[in-house]
Amino acid sequence: MAIVLDKSHRWRVVAAHLGLIAFISLCMFPFLMILSISLRPGNFAVGSLIPAQISLEHWKLALGISYQAEDGSLITPPFPVLLWLWNSIKIALISAFIAVLLSTTAAYAFARMKFRGKKHWMTALLLMQMFPTVLALIAIFSIFDYLGSYVKWLGVDSHWALILAYAGGIALHVWTIKGYYDTIPVEIEEAAVVDGATHWQAFKYVLLPMAKPILMVVFLLAFIGAIIEYPVASVLLHQEANLTLAVGSKLFLYEQKYLWGDFAAAAILSGLPITIVFLLSQRWMVGGLTAGGVKG
Amino acid sequence: MNDRLTKWIGPALLALVALSGLYLVFMLYVSGQTVVAGVGLFVVALMVYVYTAPGAYSYRYLFPGVAGALIFVVFPMVYTIAIGFTNYSSKNLLEFDRATKYLLEETYQTEGQTFATTIHREGSEYRLKLDNEDVALSFVTTPLALKKAERVVVQATPTGSAEVALGEPLELRDIIPLRNMLKEVIVKLPDGLELTMSGLREFAPVKKLYSKNPDGSLTNVQTGQIIKPNFKTGFYETAQGDQLAPGFKVGIGFDNFRRVLGDESIQQPFLRIFAWNVTFSFMSVLLTAAVGMFLAVLLNWEAIAGRNMYRTFLFLPYAVPGFISILVFKGLFNNNFGEINLILDQLIGFKPPWFSDPTLAKVMILIVNTWLGYPYMMVLCQGLIKSIPADLYEASALAGAGPLTNFFKITMPLILKPLMPLLISSFAFNFNNFVLISLLTNGRPDFLDTKIPAGETDILVSYTYRIAFGDSGQQFGLAAAISTVIFVMVAILSIINLRLTKVNQQEAR
Repeated sequence: MAIVLDKSHRWRVVAAHLGLIAFISLCMFPFLMILSISLRPGNFAVGSLIPAQISLEHWKLALGISYQAEDGSLITPPFPVLLWLWNSIKIALISAFIAVLLSTTAAYAFARMKFRGKKHWMTALLLMQMFPTVLALIAIFSIFDYLGSYVKWLGVDSHWALILAYAGGIALHVWTIKGYYDTIPVEIEEAAVVDGATHWQAFKYVLLPMAKPILMVVFLLAFIGAIIEYPVASVLLHQEANLTLAVGSKLFLYEQKYLWGDFAAAAILSGLPITIVFLLSQRWMVGGLTAGGVKG
Repeated sequence: MNDRLTKWIGPALLALVALSGLYLVFMLYVSGQTVVAGVGLFVVALMVYVYTAPGAYSYRYLFPGVAGALIFVVFPMVYTIAIGFTNYSSKNLLEFDRATKYLLEETYQTEGQTFATTIHREGSEYRLKLDNEDVALSFVTTPLALKKAERVVVQATPTGSAEVALGEPLELRDIIPLRNMLKEVIVKLPDGLELTMSGLREFAPVKKLYSKNPDGSLTNVQTGQIIKPNFKTGFYETAQGDQLAPGFKVGIGFDNFRRVLGDESIQQPFLRIFAWNVTFSFMSVLLTAAVGMFLAVLLNWEAIAGRNMYRTFLFLPYAVPGFISILVFKGLFNNNFGEINLILDQLIGFKPPWFSDPTLAKVMILIVNTWLGYPYMMVLCQGLIKSIPADLYEASALAGAGPLTNFFKITMPLILKPLMPLLISSFAFNFNNFVLISLLTNGRPDFLDTKIPAGETDILVSYTYRIAFGDSGQQFGLAAAISTVIFVMVAILSIINLRLTKVNQQEAR
């Protein structure tokens, strides 16, 4: 581009580097802090930011291991963090599976078939996406509370209720998968149909294997979406053993019972794997963020 | 053989799903949820049609997804709006039928005639022996398991007529563990009199408290008072207008909306919350977009080495789950124990009360939200900047323009237009950014002058949540009405957004 560079250019580059480094250190401050806090003995700030002495007590509690304190008493884990993590993963896996199942076929219809009102259905799905679930919380609670009085495993405080509540939010996934189907030439399926395959066989044996990468991405997005979801889970889950991480984590920081150090260890333990999965899914989904909506 | 089998799997599955659907519909209908049952029946019928009629072939692929979205996303939203027109709350929780049934099952123990009761073990079962000394009558029941606290009606016969060898009566300490089961036992005497437990060693006759009259009113048998259901208030009421719990759910028209707009004690906080809600979302979009755009431009500068590494670090706040980073900030900002105040105290000797001062709390929320949101804006802007033709910058370099001129005359005007719909989406998202407010401040500090608890940093959704599930008595109807108001606002934003996107697409052609 510009070939003639004046003297100020060099200073500007240096200033830009310094500015970026300063900004990044400010943004990374919470992460470094939380790591330091998780290794610091006790639950309260002691005056220095870097712990003078490394203690693994919070990590032990986060992993569900009791330990003996200096005064000889037995300290037991305040909350079942690993159980919450397991609940989150279980619910997210099943609901992501259902979401992919429901959205692949719908996306196929939108991408390959002609039917009345197709355009309107697509717009309707997009519109639906714009109304956040928070607004329907009262109805969701009341529906599952009601269902629970007849079918116990579908009531409030059951994981299946939460899975069902998550499984319906597929509008965005349908759009994403349809976009991918559109890039696959329809001729391949037509060839299969000419050879005597039915629509369903062409979809199952020809298109689906080719769409594997996008199904993986959608699965991961749905998975992460379910793991970080807070409002619906906070309404539907109550008992401590039933909670997901998103709902349980806040119990660490009550003013009366402030477990800052224990929270730090639990946050890293549960946050790190989710972050890595998210970064991986972003890498797979080239340029997908523009279509990727917003984060909860 | 195998082919024939696969042929049957489809129809069998359909029949199975349809039957279980019909069963659910039937259960709903029986329990009085006629409207919901009707919707369910419609869905089941539609499913059967789609999967059997040859003309509906393409809908077979569509049906599972669309049905899922309709049942779990659209229906709850419509239902929320419907709740907004009722008095549904913790006081008016039940349907009318169930409230009536509840009252009709109320009993009272008549005075006087009590039966001294002893409990005798017989194998693994128990028999009760009831004696009334006043009339010198004595009865013994058939054996009872007393394993579950479930209502059972048991027959008693006079002691003389049946040859029953009773063992020693149970000691008091053995009766106490059986107490909960015994409470549910109704002993029916030969003359039809029903007895229930009135003490650990005592049974007494009970009578139903209310009897139903043909006109739908109930008579209190004990006092003779008549109570009538009032379908305006959703309560059974005495002639004096005293309300009896439990109340029931009734439609109350626009009353909830009138309360939001007219009742001073709700309208005042509502308007203040609305004002902060708009400020909050607007400032969030402005700050995240400004920071994100600036970083995007900087990272687009080829003279900077290691841009990929910078980008990865800058993206990180977006990758961490929101509920964790928000709670981390909650702890870091803590007034007394937080690390941020620890540093500030050492630097300037002052600990700002981030959570108790309204203005500081709002500043904190904006700082945290900017941190959470700038990476998204940065990535968006980067994509848009890439599509700007390079020759524009070459031309401006020839004309001797500096980087500032480039930014304000070329980059910003060119990316602002395609960015606009995304900014509006971001506004709509932040307008309902419940997770941030709920986890960071939970709306606090609270206003001091409101009847229903409301906070300085509450936004409309978190306020709604507090009304429905928080500290003010589960007023679902009122909360649903406010949700409906938010629905309308989101709908308006969405329509503007769709229009803008369409205009952009048309211009791009």
